[in-house]
Amino acid sequence: MIKAILIFNNHGKPRLSKFYEHYNEDTEQQIIRETFHLVSKRDENVCNFLEGGMLIGGSDYKLIYRHYATLYFVFCVDSSESELGILDLIQVFVETLDKCFENVCELDLIFHVDKVHNILAEMVMGGMVLETNMNEIITQVDAQNKMEKSEVTSVLA
Amino acid sequence: MALKIVKGSIDRMFDKNLQDLVRGIRNHKEDEAKYISTCIDEIKQELKQDNIAVKANAVCKLTYLQMLGYDVSWAAFNIVEVMSSSKFTYKRIGYLAASQCFHESTDVIMLTTNQIRKDLSSPNQYDTGVALTGLSCFVTPDLARDLANDIMTLMSHTKPYIRKKAVLIMYKVFLKYPESLRPAFPRLKEKLEDPDPGVQSAAVNVICELARRNPKNYLSLAPLFFKLMTSSTNNWVLIKIIKLFGALTPLEPRLGKKLIEPLTNLIHSTSAMSLLYECVNTVIAVLISLSSGMPNHSASIQLCVQKLRILIEDSDQNCEPSVNACMKYLGLLAMSKILKTHPKSVQSHKDLILQCLDDKDESIRLRALDLLYGMVSKKNLMEIVKKLMLHVDKAEGTTYRDELLTKIIDICSQSNYQYITNFEWYISILVELTRLEGTRHGHLIASQMLDVAIRVKAIRVFAVAQMATLLDNAHLLTGNVQRKGICEVLYAAAWICGEFSEHLDNPTQTLEAMLRPKVATLPGHIQAVYVQNAAKLFATVLKSQEGNTDSTAAQETSQLMIDRLPLFVQSANLEVQERASCILQLVKYIQKLQQKDVEIAEEVIALFAGELNPVAPKAQKKVPVPEGLDLDAWINEPPSESESEDEQPRAIFAKEEPKHSRPRHTEVDEKELAKRREARKQEQANNPFYIKSSPSSQKVYQEAPGVEHIPVVQIDLSVPLKVPVFCPTGLPMSDQYVKLEEERRQKDRADKKKKEKKKRKEKRSGRGKRHDSGPESEEDITPAHMVDIVTEEMPENALPSDDDDKDPNDPHKALDIDLDKPLADSEKLPVRSHRAAEVLKSPAQDGDAESAASQEPKKKSSKEKREKKKDKDRDRKKSKEDKKKKKKHKHEEKGEDLLGGQAEEPVVQSEATSEVAAPPTSTTAEVSDLDFWLSNAPVPSNTQEAATVVAAAEAAPTSEVASGTAPDSEPDEPKDTETEETKSSKHKKKKQKKEKEEKEKKKKKKHHHHHHHSDGGGEESVQNGTVEEEEPLPPMSNYCLLAENSYIKMMMEDADKVNDIQGNLQDGSQVVVSVIFENKCDSFLKSMEFNVLDSLNSKLQRPEGSGPHDGLTVPFQLPPGVSNEARFVFTMQSIITPQKLKGTLTFIVKNEDSSTHEKLDFKLHFTCTSYLISTPCYSDAFAKLLESGDLKCSSVKLEGVVMPFHHLLARICFRHHFSVVERIDSCASMYSRSIQDHHVCLLVKTSGQTVSIDAKCDEPTLLGNVLDEIKQTFSQC
Repeated sequence: MIKAILIFNNHGKPRLSKFYEHYNEDTEQQIIRETFHLVSKRDENVCNFLEGGMLIGGSDYKLIYRHYATLYFVFCVDSSESELGILDLIQVFVETLDKCFENVCELDLIFHVDKVHNILAEMVMGGMVLETNMNEIITQVDAQNKMEKSEVTSVLA
Repeated sequence: MALKIVKGSIDRMFDKNLQDLVRGIRNHKEDEAKYISTCIDEIKQELKQDNIAVKANAVCKLTYLQMLGYDVSWAAFNIVEVMSSSKFTYKRIGYLAASQCFHESTDVIMLTTNQIRKDLSSPNQYDTGVALTGLSCFVTPDLARDLANDIMTLMSHTKPYIRKKAVLIMYKVFLKYPESLRPAFPRLKEKLEDPDPGVQSAAVNVICELARRNPKNYLSLAPLFFKLMTSSTNNWVLIKIIKLFGALTPLEPRLGKKLIEPLTNLIHSTSAMSLLYECVNTVIAVLISLSSGMPNHSASIQLCVQKLRILIEDSDQNCEPSVNACMKYLGLLAMSKILKTHPKSVQSHKDLILQCLDDKDESIRLRALDLLYGMVSKKNLMEIVKKLMLHVDKAEGTTYRDELLTKIIDICSQSNYQYITNFEWYISILVELTRLEGTRHGHLIASQMLDVAIRVKAIRVFAVAQMATLLDNAHLLTGNVQRKGICEVLYAAAWICGEFSEHLDNPTQTLEAMLRPKVATLPGHIQAVYVQNAAKLFATVLKSQEGNTDSTAAQETSQLMIDRLPLFVQSANLEVQERASCILQLVKYIQKLQQKDVEIAEEVIALFAGELNPVAPKAQKKVPVPEGLDLDAWINEPPSESESEDEQPRAIFAKEEPKHSRPRHTEVDEKELAKRREARKQEQANNPFYIKSSPSSQKVYQEAPGVEHIPVVQIDLSVPLKVPVFCPTGLPMSDQYVKLEEERRQKDRADKKKKEKKKRKEKRSGRGKRHDSGPESEEDITPAHMVDIVTEEMPENALPSDDDDKDPNDPHKALDIDLDKPLADSEKLPVRSHRAAEVLKSPAQDGDAESAASQEPKKKSSKEKREKKKDKDRDRKKSKEDKKKKKKHKHEEKGEDLLGGQAEEPVVQSEATSEVAAPPTSTTAEVSDLDFWLSNAPVPSNTQEAATVVAAAEAAPTSEVASGTAPDSEPDEPKDTETEETKSSKHKKKKQKKEKEEKEKKKKKKHHHHHHHSDGGGEESVQNGTVEEEEPLPPMSNYCLLAENSYIKMMMEDADKVNDIQGNLQDGSQVVVSVIFENKCDSFLKSMEFNVLDSLNSKLQRPEGSGPHDGLTVPFQLPPGVSNEARFVFTMQSIITPQKLKGTLTFIVKNEDSSTHEKLDFKLHFTCTSYLISTPCYSDAFAKLLESGDLKCSSVKLEGVVMPFHHLLARICFRHHFSVVERIDSCASMYSRSIQDHHVCLLVKTSGQTVSIDAKCDEPTLLGNVLDEIKQTFSQC
């Protein structure tokens, strides 16, 4: 199971937070801060797995993250997920974003966090991996966006 | 109205959208909070408007603010509003917001049930998808219960996109509503073989997640997963399956053997590192599970460790450094798995692990630490801990340092301080750890100090001295605010000094230290301990001073107490105050006595006499219940009326389970217990520290080889017992101990050698019992001084058990459900029926039947699929049967019938009469199935395809073994040893009665035959591989097609619903027929009229005032593609014979341009069954009924029924409205009652493919007709 997915930038500003377990807003912010603190002080060349975030809790959980340019993508998962598998999944996620936004950059995530959520929803559902095939994800996202567009135009017409 | 809309959209143009909000926040960096609060005000305004677009925009912005940490739960209701918009755009916004901020205690969630249900059944797949996604985040137990059935239906949706989401969300539903697991499981299992890889992946995902927590329940799926593993190409699915196998192999080592080859193939063939790593991991798990039984596998473990070492050591120059680091980390992780079972293999790589402690990567360091835990031995403990202590000093960041600290303590204290040879060293390590800055683990150090001082008696002198020094230097610990956590150790220090004060060198000084004013700044609970132990110390001091001639010293001590204690009497802490004032008064009284020169030290000491022993935390739980005490028995006679009525009906389906499972379990446990006890004894015997007071264990200790020549109590005085805590030279004290220990060991060894030489000379011809161990084995290291580790006290005859370690709050505990048991009627998922609830006498059963029926139209696709499958099964079985017959004919044509008859008769009889409950046949069959799959294991060779074929071929005879032997297999059938199918059937045969021998022989031949056949690898056998071990109950519908044309389809519910039972019992003549009208064309259907030609016996009830030939208007119209249901009431004179009525439906088909009049003829068939009402009956009432002798008897025999018995029963229950009274093995009694109060009783027996039904009824005609109908039902299938 995936417990949480966080995206934040090099300064710890959250760009997306998806918790698959309920926390109140303050705790969520604290988790984001602490995770940022843990992840950001690590060198570039160390491994992408991290244990011991106290808030996210439990020895069964670990943080798996990747650093792309200005953004950190962090998945908090339990031992039923394969570490390397999740690393691949993060890669798929980023590549999908890249396709959907055409050369994605931090600004896209800043202004279109809702779209990022929609893309993520096609990959991970309720903490479980739904789809790993990028083409399938993009097809579904596109179809939904098309539907949205047709609705918007019908309102204006 | 139009104006309003225009105004709305104009408003909207001026609203901020999400992008504006984000931009605004970025532009107000200095006063962000203020800006956002104005934005929230705006949002509140927007939410008040009627325009849904404005609302959705507002909710969208709120979702963003929620991410920034703002509580938006106040808008929950608006979110629900947006969710229920008909537009996908807004709906998606609403569901997203809900998924981000709804949770179990959000109260508006209960408003959403119907909306979600609507969205789930929306024709637009994305509406459904969005609802499922949202629901997965905020599903509550209530939602799970209410929607479980809707979601289950979606699992068979035509669109794979919906299917995969529905499958995945079922896991969440199971967690919140565990009762849904069993009803939904068959379908979930079916989805493992879904044609769409995404759906398949989702099903694998869910089952893996379930199986991870309760693996044993899913062992029976192993063959299916094995097949998937060898056929799937989706790496994600493969990883999940392989991980699952890793969890299953420890339960079933034979599974491991099967896995090795395909896993090795994957390792060689895959290019995905993630898959490769998981394969290696599972191979390790397999090797571990195998080698626990057989030592020859430890070589392969060694190999694995070597490979992992390479992974950890080497860094591939071509890879990114972070990838290398990842591999290093994973290598260590895998290593720790091996460590648990094969510590020796890993221990040789200590150098590498220690090296990893210096890695710059904290994750890797933590992994290495974990490994160290398992690698210590008596020999290297001090060295390892020394290294760790160095790291503690170097470590930056409290998290890692705390981790180090706890690891040091864990390592030292593991298995009852097994590896500590010198406790003085350990105490000094603990004291050194108190110097750590900012640690949170003060209490951990404190509890270790207490534990060691209490349990190792020999160390008390030393410990007390150290603690006294700690107390004296307490200011060092408390001085800094940052060091708050560490002052916990003072708690331990004060207690140890007080409790063991007789060992103190200078008690007066310590007493003075404990009463310093500074103490009042410590936390309350520590002060309380200080005060209490000051009193203990005071008693000791008095004792020592009273012996002296000079009484002033004693009086001075009392004065000191009287001076200092008032400080504590003023404490705000109740505990401190209470104790202090009590002791103060006591001391004052003592002082008075002292002034009169009375000797009171003895009395004061008596206050604190007695020794405290540690008690195990679980001691209370493990007190065994004394013999003869039954805690469940009534103390007084129970009230009489609650006796049979409450208990009986439950037994119908649940009865057989406890009977067979109970005794078995206890038997296993008994063995297990004995084993554990033995192991514990062994361990204690080998543990030189363990001195038990009982003479028997003493003897064991003395007899133990290797230790017998260790001088028993000999404190080596060459070791200085006291070293100042804060050593002026700066060299940590523990290091000195390490050195001293080294020297001591050397000396020891030399001494021993000398002694041994001597002894050898002496005993050369003596008993050659002692094994001469190697030059420096573990056992040779003698402890510095003999210590006595007091074990925690347990009640006498305490039962060792591990089952209390499970967390009772774990949600997965509720999911530990036996999935192989057939479904009971009561287990069906609650369904919202689409008409008013009807009150029946047996609401549970009837309600279920109804729900199943109402569910049916939706489930058509799945039903069809299943039916196909069933057909396949049937075909297969038929063909098998044919073969069987042919075979029989060839061989012993003559004897066949005779023998068959002979064999079968007694079986049926004994089963019918015996009350002994054998396990349900299905379970046995299942077990033997898996067993067979596992045991008959010529490991698949070469390619993956070959593996599939073999697996399938193996599965084929399996099902036959199951179906062939299940009915007469025995409960205690041994299930492990045999490997060959023929053997196993032979083996079974031995156990069976003589009468059956002949029959069995035949069976054996039959098996043989089939076995060869499937080895030949016919197409059929491959198909057979897909057959599940136990077919789920096939869906049953009471709707049958009434009539159909190109416009309309009429489905009749099998005239079963006699709705208003009250009315019925009064005139006993009403039957209600539900008819579903489905519009099949593109036109509108209206003015439908339903008319039936009445017969003498049965009449359609028409509204008053209408003529006997008038039609009834159907109260609705049908748009294209829509179906609806109408009910019609008929009155019957006699119900003992079936009735057929002719009828017509007339309606108008309306197109855009024309409308035509159409009609459809149909025939209504009232079977006798339709007059029966399923009514529960208790077995005693049933017995009375049979005894009464009013009933006429009749019987019928059905041949060639191939369905399992529970299916058969379910079918009779469902189709013919019976309820099961009692079921024993393959025999069941059933009951039903007609609307005119005829009792119908059935006794159904099955043996092989013959089902015999003996029936009794007070109306023979009715009975005859019902039996005919039953016969027909089974002849159709």
